[in-house]
This record gives sequence, C-alpha cells and structure tokens, in this order.
Amino acid sequence: MTTEAIVPLLVSGVLNGGIYALAAMGLSIQYGVARVLNLSHGEFIMVATWVGFTFFTRFDINPLISIVITAPLFLIMGFAIHRTIFTTLRKRAPTPGAFEGNSLLASFGLLFAVQNIALLIWGGVPRAMTWLTGGVDILGTRISLSKLVALVVAVSLGVAFYIFVNRSRLGKAIRAAAQDPATAGLMGINTNRVLPLCFGLGILLAGAAGLLLSMCYPISTFIGVRYTIIALIVVALGGLGSIPGSFIGGFILGIVGSLVSRLESGLILVSFYGILMLLLIVRPRGLLGKR
Amino acid sequence: MDISKFTSKKFLAKAGGLLAILVFLATFPIYSSNSDVDIGLIILMYIILTVSWVMFSGPTGYMSLATAAFFGIGAYTCAFLYQKSGPLLPLPAAIIAGGLVTFIFALVVGLVTLRLKGMYFAIFTFGLIMLLNQFMVYYELNILGARGQRVFPITNQTAFYIVLVILVLTLLAAYLIRRSRLGLAMQSIGENEAAAAHMGVNTNVVKIFAFAISAFFMGLTGAAMAPRWEYVDPSVAFNMLYSFMPVLMAVFGGMRELYGPVIGAAIFAYSERALRLRFPYHYMLAFGITLILIIIFLPGGLTGLVPTLKDKLSGLIARLRKGGQSERHANT
Repeated sequence: MTTEAIVPLLVSGVLNGGIYALAAMGLSIQYGVARVLNLSHGEFIMVATWVGFTFFTRFDINPLISIVITAPLFLIMGFAIHRTIFTTLRKRAPTPGAFEGNSLLASFGLLFAVQNIALLIWGGVPRAMTWLTGGVDILGTRISLSKLVALVVAVSLGVAFYIFVNRSRLGKAIRAAAQDPATAGLMGINTNRVLPLCFGLGILLAGAAGLLLSMCYPISTFIGVRYTIIALIVVALGGLGSIPGSFIGGFILGIVGSLVSRLESGLILVSFYGILMLLLIVRPRGLLGKR
Repeated sequence: MDISKFTSKKFLAKAGGLLAILVFLATFPIYSSNSDVDIGLIILMYIILTVSWVMFSGPTGYMSLATAAFFGIGAYTCAFLYQKSGPLLPLPAAIIAGGLVTFIFALVVGLVTLRLKGMYFAIFTFGLIMLLNQFMVYYELNILGARGQRVFPITNQTAFYIVLVILVLTLLAAYLIRRSRLGLAMQSIGENEAAAAHMGVNTNVVKIFAFAISAFFMGLTGAAMAPRWEYVDPSVAFNMLYSFMPVLMAVFGGMRELYGPVIGAAIFAYSERALRLRFPYHYMLAFGITLILIIIFLPGGLTGLVPTLKDKLSGLIARLRKGGQSERHANT
C-alpha cells in the first residue's frame, strides 16, 4: 500500500478509536475498581444509541446535548444496578475471586435483561439518523463531520475523566478502593458508595460512547455483544484496570480495525483477537498493566 | 457390620434408580411422539454440555466460556465429514472425529490460555466463540463460496440414542474423574493453585488435560447434533448461548454433587424449549432476571438447599419427638 492509501485508513481508525477508548474506559473502571467484569457493558452502549435516536427524531435534540441530559441518568442507573445486584453479591461472596465469578454471571443475566427490554421497546429493525452530514478535509482525506465531532468529544471526555480520577478528592478515593477495598474502607472511604459510583461512571461512559456512536453509524439492537467484546479486548490490551491503557488501547484497536477492514471487513474481530492473543503470550498483564 | 449393610443397601437403591432411569430413557423414543423426542434430545444435549462444563470449571474454578466454541468445532467437523452430498466417513466415525478434533483444539487453546489467571481466562474463552464464528463466516464466504454446510440427515430417534450414549459416557467420565487423582488435583488447584503446585501437582498438565477432556465431550455432542439439524452455519454452531446456558444450569442445579448440574440442565432445557419459541423476548428477559436472582439468592444451587433442608427437617423431627426435652438441648 502507498502512503496515500494508508493515511485515510489511519484517519478513520483514529476516528473509530475514540469511541472504542471511551467504551473501554467505562469497562476498565467497572472492572478495575468495582471488580465487576461487566458483560452487559455493550448493551448499555446499545441502549444509548437508541436513546440518542429517539431524542433526535422525536424531540429534535441533537446527540451532543443528549449526552449532557442523559449522563446523570446513566450514572444513577449504574449506581442503582450496583446497589441492587453487585453490592449484595459482594457482601455474600466468601472470597474476592468468588465475587468476580458471580458478578460475571450476574452481568450476563443483565445482558439478556437489557437487550430484551430494548427489543420490546425499539424492536429489532436497524435505523439510522442524519445529523452533521457535512465533510471536512484532513490530511487530504474527506471525513464526515459527525465522526470528527465524535472523536473530539470522546477525547475530551476521556481526558476529563482521567483528570477527575487522578486529581480530585473523589478520584483519590476511587484509586484507593481500586488498590484495596478493605483497607480503603478502614481509611474512612465508604466503599458501599464508591464502588457503585464507579459502576455508574462506567455506565455513564458507555452511554456517552453510545450517543456518539448513534451520530456516526446505523442503530441496531444487536450491536451490544460486539462492543462488549471490543471493550474487553481493549481493556485486556491496555492492562486490566488501567485507564490510560484503555484509552491508548482503544486507538490501537481502531487503527488495526480500519487497516484490516481494507483487506477483509469480515476479519476485524478476528484480527483484534489475534492481537490480544499475541499480547497475552508476550506480556500477560497488558500494555500498561501493573503487577 | 451395620454400616456396610446400610451402605450396600444404599448403593443398591442408587444403582436400581439409575438403571430405571436408563431403561426409561432407552425406551423413551419408542412410545413418544416425534416432538417429545426432540425436546428430550435438547434436554440430553444440555445435560452433557453442563456436566462436561462442570467437569473442568467446577473443581478448578476457572470460568470457561468456550463451551460454544468446542460444540461448534465438533458440529463443523462432523458437517465436513458427513456431508449431504456424500459422507466421507460412517456416522460413528464422523462423530468420534468431531470429539477428537475438539480435544486437540482444546489442548492447543489450553496451552496458550491456562497460564492466564482469573478473568483473563474468561475474557479469552469468551472471545474464542466470536473468533471462530467470524473466521468460519469468512472461510465459508470467501473460500468455500457458500454460507453453511448441508449435513446428511438422521432421524430424531437415531440422534436421541447417539446422544444418550454420549451422555452415559460423559456421566461415567465425570464420576470417575471426581474420584481419581486428577479430580483431587483439580480440586486442590481450585482451592489454592500455588499450594497445589508446591505439593507436587503439575498444575499446567492437570488443567490442560482436564480442559481437553471436558472439551472432548462438548465436541462429541456438537458432532452428534449436526446431522440432526441437517444444516450447520456459524451462527448455529457457535451460538453464545451454548456457552452460557451450561454455566447457568450448573449454577442453578448446584455443583457440589454430580446430579446437581443434571437437574439444573433438565429443568432449564425443558422450560427453554417450551417457552422460548412462543415468547422469545419475554423469555430471554425472564431468563436474564432469573439468572441474576439465582446468583444472588441461591448461591449453592438447588442441590445446595438439600443439606440445609435436611438439617432443618431433622431438627424439626427431633423436636417433635422429644417434645419438651429438646428445649434443654436447643444448642446441639
């Protein structure tokens, strides 16, 4: 391939990478702090795409404003889900390992519950909406304005989230709970509030990713599992629980995906998986993982 | 001695019960309608998948989500060897080949993945389903030129008997492994892997071997189901549900006893068959909620309730018998 052929692929890879990064950061904080490997993560992304679609077609509210409106709702929803399901599981689990296994299964139940509620509400037919259809020229390639806006929003949300976790007082509590929930509890951190909050933040990020996705791609009720897997691979790639790792991993996967799609679009997930497999053999803790 | 007499009686009762169940199952297709045999077939299939999942994941605590991957490989192997256009091998050979290919595949996967700890293993096996699914779609479209494989058809009855044989073998293997050194080694890995390694258990060999054995039975089942379906394509063979249903069924039935997964699988497979086609969305919604409720409220599964109920019941009986006396021994 010549340079002229590669540049557009890199650009579109970066554009997709922003959304992957956002989705993966959500999963990363859910697993890294709340210790829930949330298999229903992609379903919340899917729900958010439908919410974006409904807001836009019914009430003429564009997805960027929808993010602001729905963010607190997603946060509260995640908080409530953790308090009803995962807090109980955590209290009853004899060991942290047992909790991880049980919460994985419970999140799988959640996957089916959420997906089928969505099917009952929105049905199984894919839809699309048109907003920001214009294009811009970047590095000699024409890219759609909506994808560019989505990237900018994704990156700024990602950076804001990183700063929140690393600089704020609440962020310090989150990092402490990530290191050792029991000791964090002894130091006066209310883990029964911090862990649900982290789960809620994860859902919030999934919601933001979904709303950005609704601007760029057709909306379908069955995309959830695909994004769950992408997020899982990105998180494992960046190192379980490392937020910057997930951010970088998202862009790596986005670029790899667009390079592979040039050759054969059916093999995108296969290539993601191949990368993960290689990485786990060479460096099992992920790119920026600790331990 | 009293005790040996008691155990032998118990043993006889158990053996008799098992024999009765086996006779019932063996004669089931003779007097049942075709659709009943179909339901029975699905139930047996899920029981095998669940028991073979528990075989490895139960004692070791490694959460494998690769069941669908192994099932699909078995199904595809059989589909290629027992084509509609002209079977390359006789049916039993094609099914055994399905099991063996899966066994070898699982050995390779195990070599790569079983060094991974905890959730990495779950992620990896989960991705394996999608990987194989997408790869097969690509392979069929671009290399074979058509989606799906047609398989030489067999009747429900034939499939039922084949699956019944596989079920008996699976249960036998599960029973023997539980009592063997391998079973003990797996148990010790599940309790504390580092300690097991220090005690002289070759943890990697044990894990990989047990993983492959459990995969062998999953592959056999897939291979047996392929000719029954007459048509195999990636979304049928590598359906995620085959990974998760066994886990749910095992959790529901309880994993402490061998019959726990059997009971869980029978109940769930029946309800799925009866309700899913009629109310697809509501069924899956209820499925998800039930899964969550079971994990929260029934961590030991149905069979986990048995000892608790026994305790309560015997306590109640003792109290009734002794009347006022029991109050003095309330603590015992």
